Amino acid sequence: MCAMRPEPGHEPGDADPGNLDRSDRPADPGWKAVLTPEEIRRALSRIAHEILERTHGGEGIVLLGIPTRGVYLARRLAERIGEFEGAPAPVGSLDVTMHRDDLRLRPARALQRTEVPPDGVDGKTVVLVDDVLFSGRTVRAALDALNDLGRPRSVQLAVLVDRGHRELPIRADYVGKNLPTAHREAVRVLLSEIDGEDSVLLGERDR
Amino acid sequence: MNRHLISAGDLSRDDAVLILDTAAELASVADRPIKKLPTLRGRTVVNLFYEDSTRTRTSFEAAAKRLSADVINFSAKGSSVAKGESLKDTALTLEAMGSDAIVVRHPASGAPRRLADWTSGRVINAGDGTHEHPTQALLDAFTIRQRLVPDGRGRGLDGLRVTIVGDVLHSRVARSNVLLLDTLGAEATVVAPPTLMPHAIDTWPCKYGYDFDAELRKSDVVMMLRVQQERMSAAFFPTVREYRRRYGLDTGRMALLPEHAIVMHPGPMNRGVEIAAEVADSPRSTIVAQVANGVTVRMAVLYLMLGGSEVAV
Repeated sequence: MCAMRPEPGHEPGDADPGNLDRSDRPADPGWKAVLTPEEIRRALSRIAHEILERTHGGEGIVLLGIPTRGVYLARRLAERIGEFEGAPAPVGSLDVTMHRDDLRLRPARALQRTEVPPDGVDGKTVVLVDDVLFSGRTVRAALDALNDLGRPRSVQLAVLVDRGHRELPIRADYVGKNLPTAHREAVRVLLSEIDGEDSVLLGERDR
Repeated sequence: MNRHLISAGDLSRDDAVLILDTAAELASVADRPIKKLPTLRGRTVVNLFYEDSTRTRTSFEAAAKRLSADVINFSAKGSSVAKGESLKDTALTLEAMGSDAIVVRHPASGAPRRLADWTSGRVINAGDGTHEHPTQALLDAFTIRQRLVPDGRGRGLDGLRVTIVGDVLHSRVARSNVLLLDTLGAEATVVAPPTLMPHAIDTWPCKYGYDFDAELRKSDVVMMLRVQQERMSAAFFPTVREYRRRYGLDTGRMALLPEHAIVMHPGPMNRGVEIAAEVADSPRSTIVAQVANGVTVRMAVLYLMLGGSEVAV
C-alpha cells in the first residue's frame, strides 16, 4: 500500500486523539497533520453522499476495502450510507497481495483477508476503498483480484487521500482530500480502529 | 527456515503459523469461480518422484497450478533414472531446464538434503525414506487447527493432545508431525508396538507408550499411521489380526474418545488393519478434509518460498 506503516512503538492507544494539532507532535517529530479527525469525518460523510448520488441511492453497491486501512474506511462508509439511507451497504475486503506487480522485488508477504458479502459481486457496482492513492498499482492489482471473484457491473474507486504521482492510467471517483506531495514525502493514514486515533500525516520518506 | 523445506524441525513457530494463516486465506480460492491466482506465473516447479505417490504428487501439482506455476512431472519410472542416471545428474539436468523449485520424494532418507546442495533452486521434501514429510505435518496441523482451535488465525495448537499410533519406525509422517506439533505447542504421544518403536524415541520431543487404550480418553486427536508393509523387511508383529486387536482403531475404541476428538490418517489407508472402515467413514474422521487441505497448505508453502524475491518463512 502507498501509505507507510506506523513505526514500531507507535501502538494503538499511544496517542490521545484530542491532543492532535497541525504542528509537529512530540511523539512524531517531522510529521505534519494534514487532516484532523473532524476533517476525516466530514470527508467520509461527503464521500458517502457522493456515492449515494452517483449510484442512485446506493442501488446494488458493494463496498470492498483494500487491507489494511481501506477495510476500516469501507466499513465507516457503509455505516454512513446506512445512516443516510436506512440500510447499510454490503461491505467486505479484498486482499490484493497475490496480484501485485512487485511481488518479486520483495520477500513474499503475509496474506490479508478477502471477504465478499454473501451476494457476491456479479452485476453489482463495486466501490473499491483505499486510504491513499499514489502510483495506482495497488488499484490495478485490486481490479485483477476482483476479476477473479466475479463480474461487477461497474467498479468505482474511493480514497481518503489522493497524493498524485500516478504511474498507471487510474483515477479515483471519490476523493477525501487531494494532497499535492513530493516524491520523497510519505503519507500516513491513522485510523482509530487500529492506530488509536484518526489522522493523516505528511512526512519525509525513509525516516 | 532456510531456502529449502527439508524438515518440519526447520520451521520456527512464527514460520509455521504464517504458513497456516496463509493457507487459511488461500482456502477460499477453492470456492471461487476462478480457482487460480497469477502469483507464480513464469515459475517452474518440478515434481521429482522416485517413489509411487498419488495424493502428494497430485496435491503439489494442483497447488502449483492454482498459483499459475508451470509444472513438470518427473517420475523415476520410464525416465533416465531407469537407465542409471544419478540423483545429482538428474537435478542438474532439471536445473538446466530452468526449474525454480524441486519437489522431491525419494526412498532414501536424506536425499532432499543432498539435492539441496546441488541445486540453486528451492527444494521441498515431499517424503524421504523413513525420515520426514514436512508438508504432511503442516496439512495435519492445519486440519487440527481448523477443527479444534476456534478463531485460529495467528494461533498454534497449544495444549492439544495428539496421539500418533502405529508403525512409527517406518513413518516419516510421525517424525515430521512430532517435530511440528512440539513447535506449535501441542503435546504429542507416540504409541506403537515395541518392535515398531524407533530406538531413539526418547530423543524425540514427545511422550511415548505401548498401550493405545491408556491414551484414548485423554486424546484430542488420534492420528493413525499406515502399516507400511512395503518397508518391512522382517516380521514386526505376528499377525495382522493381532496388530489390529492391540493397535487398530475400531468403533469400540473410538467410543472411548472425548466428544470433540478427531481421527486422522495421512492415507493411503489399510481399511480393516490400522483403522476400521466405520471409523474412517465417521464424521470424526478428517481424512477427506486432510486431502483438500493438502492442496491449500502446499499452495501456501509454494507461495511463501517462491512468491517473493526471497523465502518469506
